Amino acid sequence: MIKIEKLHKSYPIGKDSLHVLKGIDLHIKEGEFVAIMGSSGSGKSTLLNIVGLLDEHDEGDYYLNGQLIKNLNEKKAAILRNKFLGFVFQSFNLISYKTALENVALPLYYKGMKRKERLQIALDYLEKVGLKDWANHLPNELSGGQKQRVAIARALVTKPKVVLADEPTGALDSTTTDSVIDLLKDINEEGMTVFVITHEEEVAAQTKRIVRLKDGVIISDELTKSKK
Amino acid sequence: MRFLFDSDTWQEIYGSIRKNKVRTGITIIGVLWGIFLLVVLLGAARGMENGFKKLFGDFATNSVFVWTQATDTPFKGFQKGRRFTLNTNDIEVLKSQYSKEIKLLAPRNQTNNLITHNFKSGSFKVSGDYPILDQIQKKKLIYGRFLNENDILSTAKVTVISEDMYKQLFNKGTMPIGEYIKINAINYKVIGVYEPSSTINFDGDCAYIPFSTFKKVYNTANKIDWMMITANEGTDIAQMESDILLTLKSLHKVHPEDKRAFGSVNLGKEIGKVTGFLTGMQFLTWFVGIATLIAGVFAIGNILLITVKERTKEIGIRRALGATPKSIKQQIILESVFLTTIAGMLGIVFGGLTLFIIDLKFGQGVDAALVNPTVNIPIILIALVVLIILGTLIGLIPAHMATVIKPIEALREE
Ligand SMILES: Nc1ncnc2c1ncn2[C@@H]1O[C@H](COP(=O)(O)OP(=O)(O)OP(=O)(O)O)[C@@H](O)[C@H]1O
Ligand SMILES: [Mg+2]
Repeated sequence: MIKIEKLHKSYPIGKDSLHVLKGIDLHIKEGEFVAIMGSSGSGKSTLLNIVGLLDEHDEGDYYLNGQLIKNLNEKKAAILRNKFLGFVFQSFNLISYKTALENVALPLYYKGMKRKERLQIALDYLEKVGLKDWANHLPNELSGGQKQRVAIARALVTKPKVVLADEPTGALDSTTTDSVIDLLKDINEEGMTVFVITHEEEVAAQTKRIVRLKDGVIISDELTKSKK
Repeated sequence: MRFLFDSDTWQEIYGSIRKNKVRTGITIIGVLWGIFLLVVLLGAARGMENGFKKLFGDFATNSVFVWTQATDTPFKGFQKGRRFTLNTNDIEVLKSQYSKEIKLLAPRNQTNNLITHNFKSGSFKVSGDYPILDQIQKKKLIYGRFLNENDILSTAKVTVISEDMYKQLFNKGTMPIGEYIKINAINYKVIGVYEPSSTINFDGDCAYIPFSTFKKVYNTANKIDWMMITANEGTDIAQMESDILLTLKSLHKVHPEDKRAFGSVNLGKEIGKVTGFLTGMQFLTWFVGIATLIAGVFAIGNILLITVKERTKEIGIRRALGATPKSIKQQIILESVFLTTIAGMLGIVFGGLTLFIIDLKFGQGVDAALVNPTVNIPIILIALVVLIILGTLIGLIPAHMATVIKPIEALREE
């Protein structure tokens, strides 16, 4: 599903450049549930953003679903994101003036689906995350956990191949964290590849594979106990 | 273009407009003010122009009036200060010599007389005229008709009087047509009553009688007091005026450089001064209007830029969800076009209403300052379209900016 070879990424800072990813090799197969861990500044988000086509890498090869990602124009990237990827962010990133239902339906709008149809599908997904009754509420009327579940519904609504989550529980307390993790597990159970960044060992422990980053290199990559 | 008819597109625009009320308000006010100002200024300028036109309205604007005074230079044995008069021979000479330039030539003789009807009387001007006077200075008749060719040929004792004269000489409600009034103790049949001109009026309350009748009754022989000349289309009136004066000077043995011998007024020249003022007004209007519109366009562009900055994060989210650059640009531009159009149309409506009120306040009555203050709808529509196009073009800048940065940079924005 995701194949990364000798990936490098630097950020220009003034005249210098900051070498953040220093040759990452990573292969994630379809249906895996992977957690990335590592100290702050180790390059986790950078890696996830490159995988999510939100950013570009400098060197190395990246294959998404077998397709080499190179010199992608924004239009093609947008279509790939819409088709293959679903995002869950730490800060939810819901559109504040749209209701939960409209937020969930938005990726389907960019897919070109008719309004009636997409609202129906969006409602199904809200039901799935247990927020059917909150469909017509604006984000600021929802709790953090509810917002994140809306965001997960939005990430799932296009039936992506891969769900990318950058600290999805970073802003949540332990109870809501559990409900969000349960949701991600359910998704994975259904066969979706889930790729999640986290700082919390308890969260990571519930995934099937943990990749640890340090200073832009992978220092360990092992399966968890929950992986049967 | 299909996206234009997609209810989702409009749903999106409605959503973002409702969300950004202040921005929407400022944009609308900016554009509305520009178009409003253009409409009102153009309308007011047009109203003034119409007012001036009306002022000269009853007169052929290409007319020259010529009369005689006293010479100021001795010439061919004549002393200076000599008085002389125009005569019918002059008319014939001018008509043949300037057949190309002259359209109408009306010689006139005038005097003041006591006019009576039964026991009512008054002192009024009496004017011997040709029917063509009506073409130079339009007479609006309330009753009857103006003089005609037959009256001239038959030296008929007929007269056309003003409305005020009619009121002064006749009992209320009596029909004047066919009645006889006495001018200088001679009976004339009233054949018409005219409304006094509200504008330039050389004659005042005047009893018009046929030129031939005047000549016979007052024994003026070939003498004429003054003449009105109108020029054909395309004639240089100033040139015609000086040429005619030169011809007349030679006919009357007046020194060609004599400044006082002939008096003349060139109505075209007088109007030209006013027209120059009006042209200046119009220029100013356009200048102000266009400047305002350009300011409006920049306001839109600026606000779009702020918008895009404000909404960078939202745009980043949309892009992460699969919005293509095209769809982002479309939305920003369509939003701007939509706002501009609505604001522009509101501006036209408010401008129209203001002109309507101006018309009610200042545009009524005979001596109105503004007459019919209107604007050309096509001109305003063109202005609106230009505004929309410029607004779109300038909207392209922030729209472009919104899509050149990487989605991750947009998302990082707070
Ligand atoms: N746009 C950028 N420009 C310059 N430097 C950047 C940029 N984004 C990230 N960096 C730097 O790259 C390094 C890695 O950042 P990254 O966000 O990937 O870390 P992270 O592992 O996700 O950390 P955290 O756990 O705090 O989120 C950091 O030192 C950061 O300062
Ligand atoms: Mg991070």
